Formats: sequence, C-alpha cells, structure tokens
Amino acid sequence: MEPQWILVLSAVLFTMGAFGVLWNRGAITILMCVEIMLNSANLTFITFARQFDQAEGQIYAFFVMTLAAAEAAVGLAIVIALFRLRESTDVDELNLLKW
Amino acid sequence: MLKLIWLIPLLPLAGVILNGVFGRRLPLKAVGTIACLAVLAAFGISIGAILELAELPEGVRQFETDVATWLPLGDLGTGSDLTIPWGFGLDPLSSVLLLVVTGVGFLIHVYSVGYMSHERDYARFFIYLNLFMAMMLLLVLGNNLLVLFVGWEGVGLCSYLLIGFYYDRPFDERTGLTCADAGRKAFIVNRIGDFAFLIGLLYLVLEFGTLKFTELNTALAGHHAPGWMLTGIGLLLFLGACGKSAQIPLYVWLPDAMAGPTPVSALIHAATMVTAGVYMVCRMSALYSATPEAMAIIAAVGAATALFAASMGITATDIKKVLAYSTVSQLGFMFAAAGVGAYVAAIFHLMTHAFFKALLFLGAGSVIHGLHGQQDIRKMGGLRSKMPATFVTFFVAMLAITGIPGLAGFFSKDEILAGAWNSGNRVVWVVLSVAALITAFYMMRLTWLVFFGKYRGDESTGSKAHESPALMTIPLMILAALSVVGGYVGVPAVMSGWVGLGDVNKLHHWLAPALTEPHGAGHGAEVAHEAGMETMLILVATFVALLGIALAWMVYRKDGAAAAWAKRFGPVHHLLRNLYWVDEFYELVVLRPFYAASRFFAAVDRWVVDGLVNATGVTAEISGQVIKLFQTGLVRNYALMFMFGVLVILYYVIRAI
Repeated sequence: MEPQWILVLSAVLFTMGAFGVLWNRGAITILMCVEIMLNSANLTFITFARQFDQAEGQIYAFFVMTLAAAEAAVGLAIVIALFRLRESTDVDELNLLKW
Repeated sequence: MLKLIWLIPLLPLAGVILNGVFGRRLPLKAVGTIACLAVLAAFGISIGAILELAELPEGVRQFETDVATWLPLGDLGTGSDLTIPWGFGLDPLSSVLLLVVTGVGFLIHVYSVGYMSHERDYARFFIYLNLFMAMMLLLVLGNNLLVLFVGWEGVGLCSYLLIGFYYDRPFDERTGLTCADAGRKAFIVNRIGDFAFLIGLLYLVLEFGTLKFTELNTALAGHHAPGWMLTGIGLLLFLGACGKSAQIPLYVWLPDAMAGPTPVSALIHAATMVTAGVYMVCRMSALYSATPEAMAIIAAVGAATALFAASMGITATDIKKVLAYSTVSQLGFMFAAAGVGAYVAAIFHLMTHAFFKALLFLGAGSVIHGLHGQQDIRKMGGLRSKMPATFVTFFVAMLAITGIPGLAGFFSKDEILAGAWNSGNRVVWVVLSVAALITAFYMMRLTWLVFFGKYRGDESTGSKAHESPALMTIPLMILAALSVVGGYVGVPAVMSGWVGLGDVNKLHHWLAPALTEPHGAGHGAEVAHEAGMETMLILVATFVALLGIALAWMVYRKDGAAAAWAKRFGPVHHLLRNLYWVDEFYELVVLRPFYAASRFFAAVDRWVVDGLVNATGVTAEISGQVIKLFQTGLVRNYALMFMFGVLVILYYVIRAI
C-alpha cells in the first residue's frame, strides 16, 4: 500500500478524534476520542518507520501505547470518582474550577 | 571638681533613668527623693566646680573638657578642623547660669514634691522635670553651639511634654485650647525660631569653620567677615532666641504655656528655659558686639516686648497668666539690656528675675493649691490671713520685681536702665521706664486682688482655703531671702559710693572677662564720672515703681472701682482684654493661608500623585477582569483554545519551512 494513503487515514482519524473531544460532553467518550488521536499518531510513526526502514518510529509507538494505557487508567479513575460524587459524567457540569 | 563638670548634666539624667525604670513601682516619696537628690548632687558639684574656677587668675578663668567625639567632620573645605565633641565648658558666664539652674531648680523640685502629691502620674512628672534639668544643664555647659543646640531642643521637648502634662484637660475658654494644644503651640512656635537658629549655625560654620565658643571669640576678635554676614547670622540666632525666650513676634506660646503644672511654669517658663535666649545672646556677645545693626534690633525688640507684654498683664485675670505676661516683659528687659551692650546687666537681671519670678510662680501655685485649683483672681481676695507665709513671700517678690530700693530687682533693673541711658539709646530707656511703671501697676493689682480686700469666691472653697505644707513654704522662704539679698552681688558703683564703699560690684568683675562689649559704648558700672546723672536715674526708677504701686492701689482699693475705670477706658480695656487680637491676627495671616495651602497640596497629593499610582493598579485590574473571562471552568473550551493554539503554531512552523 502506498504510504500516503496510510498518512491520509491517520490524518482523518486524528481529525475525528479532535472533533470528538470538542463535540462530546461525556467524559468516557472524550477519553475514547483521545485514544483515537493517540493511535492515529501511532499509525503515522509506524508508517514513517517502514518508509525509511528505521526502528525509532516503532519504538516511539510503544512509548505512546504505554502512555495511552497510563492515561486511560488515570482518566477512568477520575471519571469514576467524579461519577460517585456528582452522578454524572457531563464535563459541562464540572465547571467549578474557575474565577 | 572642675574636671567633673560633665557629670552635672548626667546626674539628673540618672534620675530620669532610675525613675523611668522603677518609678511606677516605687512609693511616691522615693520618686520625689530620687529626683531631688539628683538635682542636689548636680548643685553640689556645680558649687565645687565654681569655687575651683574662682581660684584661677582672672584672665584665664575658663575650663573646657571634651568627653567624647561626636561628629568627626574633619576639614570641610573651610580650612579648619570641624570636629564637634561632646564638650563641656565652665566660665564665669555659664557659672552664673549653672548656679541659678541647679539652685532654683532644686528648690522647685522640693516644692513639686508637695505640690504634686495629689496628682496622678507623679513619676512621669519627675521624669520630665529631671530630663529638663539634664537638658538645661547641657545647654548651659556646652562649650560649642551644637551641644548648646542639643540642650536647646531638649528643653523645648521637655517644655512641650510638661505644658501638655494634663493632656486631657481643657485650658483656655477664650481660644478653646486644651492643655495638649497649648503644648503643641509652644513646640511649633519654638520650631520656627529653632529653624532660624539652625540656619544661623550653618552660616557660622561656613564663615568661621568652627562652633566652639572660644574659637569663635578668637575668630571674631580679628574678623574679616563682611558686616552684613555678621548681622544676618546675629539676627538668625536672635530669631531662635525670640522663640525660646518668647519675644515679639514669637511670644504667643508663653501665656498658653501656663497650661502646665505651676512648678513647671516657675522652673521652665520663668526661671530657666526662657532665659536660654538671653544666655545665648550674651554667650555670642563677641558676634553681636561686632554688629551694631543686630544689636539695635535686639534692643528695639526687647524694649517693645517689655512694654507690649506688660500692658497685657494689666487685664489678665488668671493668676498665672499675669505672671506669664510679666515674664515675657521681664525677658524683654533682658534683651533690651543685651541689645544696648549691657550684657552684665542682662545676666544680672536674669539671675534676680529667676529668684523673684520663681517665687511669684511658686507663691501663685501655693494659692492655687490652697484654693483647690482656683486660678481666677476675680474669685480670690483676702487670703493674707489664711496663707501668711505665702503672702509674705509673695509680697517680697512683688516688691523685688517692681524695683523697690534694697531688693534684688531694684539693682538689676537699675543697671539695665542705666545701661540703656548710657548707650545713648534714650528711646529704649523711656520705653523701659514706662514698662517698669506698668510692671509695678499690674504686680500691685495682682497682689491686692489675691491677698487684700474681701474674699470673692464661693464660700465652700474659701472656708477650706489653707496654708500649704512646709515642703512648699520653705522653698518660698529661701527664694524670698534670695530675692532680698540676691541683688547685693551686683551693687552699682554709684550706690556703693554713697555709703563710702568702693566698687563692690562683684558680679561685674566676675562676668566682664567672659563677655565682649561693643567698642565705644559706655557701661553702667564704668561711668562713675556721670554719678550725678545716674543718681537721677535711680531716683526716677524708684519714683516710677512707687507711682505704679500707688496707681494700682487707687484703682483696686475699693471693690467695683476697677470696673468703673475699665468703663472709662473702654476701648483700651477691650483691646487689652483681647490681647491686641494677636492670636487672631496670626490665625488670619499665618494659619489660614497655611491651612489653605495644605488643603491644596493634599488635593494634589490625592488626585495627582495618588492618581498615578492608582491608575497603574486600575490598569492591571481591568486587564485581569477581561482575561479572567477566558477561564470558564469548561474543559471543552480549554480544549478548543488549545487546538487553536496548536493550529496557529503549526501554521507558523509550516510557513517557516
């Protein structure tokens, strides 16, 4: 497959994720969209690793996966704590931290 | 003893520290004893030192000792070393002051123990009083003008503290001043004079490069300074003296200084502090003798003050205020004497005045004490039989101040009048003679209204009127004795000539070497060839005194007669009752413009200076108000902004490639 199509797919996924973060109000959905963005980035890394025959891109992809796992763990824990407190995961209702 | 003179001011200071630290816990008697002993010890050392000084030969009767270096200024481009030490000096001039200050001061301390025994803040009173003694002695003993100035300011401070001693009481219903206001008034008026004094000091440094009296005298003996410079310096220093010694135009604080306790009025506002100006002028006699213009102004101001203040004494109804105007007037006599070059006469009168005026004030205090705080002479009368000791001593002082022959005031006042006559300044002589007439008048009026006639106050106070305790009357008697014999140290040559004695004017011989008299002007004791003229002057002075007493007796002999006289001289009486509206005049000319200017600059400060500072703050605040709107608390807004941020950065990064 031509690498440029993979990059286009990656860009489409990233844009979907970004708009998903902006559009959605549910905390779980937002976390999922963030995962999509991270994985689109992974896709880009791997594409270029194959294109240039170098291992760094793959290594970075592993790092990002680790990071994504940690992020999901912490994020989900926060969401559960929030839900226990407010019985809702709507981020627009969680607006107390301001002036 | 001479080497110990630096101890003299320190002893009262030790009293201040002792009473200041332990005063509240000590019994009243201990506080009073400490204060009195401190002054007594200073008196003892003073006598010892002066006896030792007297043994030195006449030409070199002077002693100086520098205890420590104060300001090591070095050479300030004036060509001479301007190091200011904590220097003390004793010479005939300061010795007279020293004896008066410690001697009279001690008597007044003893008197205060009795007078203040019913007051709260007993310890505070004696702390102030001792501090005053320390500062006054520093003023007298300083061997350079800057140490003198420290004492000068120190006594001013103590004067302020003691005038406002009853800080929570009202004082004067005519002007609505409280005692604290009176203290502030004294302090601020003095500040005007002191400012001029300080400028004078700086010019002296510029011109002569030294502030030591001995060096100044040497420098002035062969001076090359321009005359106008000397006159200017002399007048600046004299303005300082005007403030401290209550002369026109700065006399207004002294009558209000009567808000303080009576012993304070006796010590500070009659006997010692207010004479500091006279002392300073005599101390700088070398300067003044070199500038006839300044001398003429001093003589004019002194004579004018003598007359002006005496006239206000006629109508005052507060026993202490009569004495206050009398003090201003007598100080005018001293300045007039100094102004015509009769420095010895000025110091002589300073000394005798300290005796009889302290006595008058203490006598007044005894009356006030006996009448439980009554100060209005219209509500007194007939106290002669109830307070015999006070009456007799007060009467002696009255005779002394009016100048009845044989008493202290007679000799000193005569010497001043003779000095004025001999200087050729006949106008001064005439003015002083009239002032002496008025002095005799108001003193007789005061004595008559207080001690003679019928009692006019309310019966409850009158029946309880009593003689003061011995602690108060004994100082009165000692001062009365001094008011009688104090004049015999300075009997003019012409009088001793009458009884076949030679020149026995001890004071003149003692003081003359310490003073520089103007060239050419004759002096009272030295013009024996004009003995006939001087005898005439003495007769005139005596006649004037008797005339004043007789007039007052005529007016006040009968109750109600005085009111008729007041009616006959209606406008004059009104003028005097309102004290020539001088306070009102100052209010209009000085205070109102000053307040207006203050308000203007307050507005400038508030709207312009503060405005700029506030504008800075307001700008920051408004920016904050705007920027805070971006912090919504909504996570998705942040994400949106974040994305825009990233897009912008991305745009610039890509464009750079």
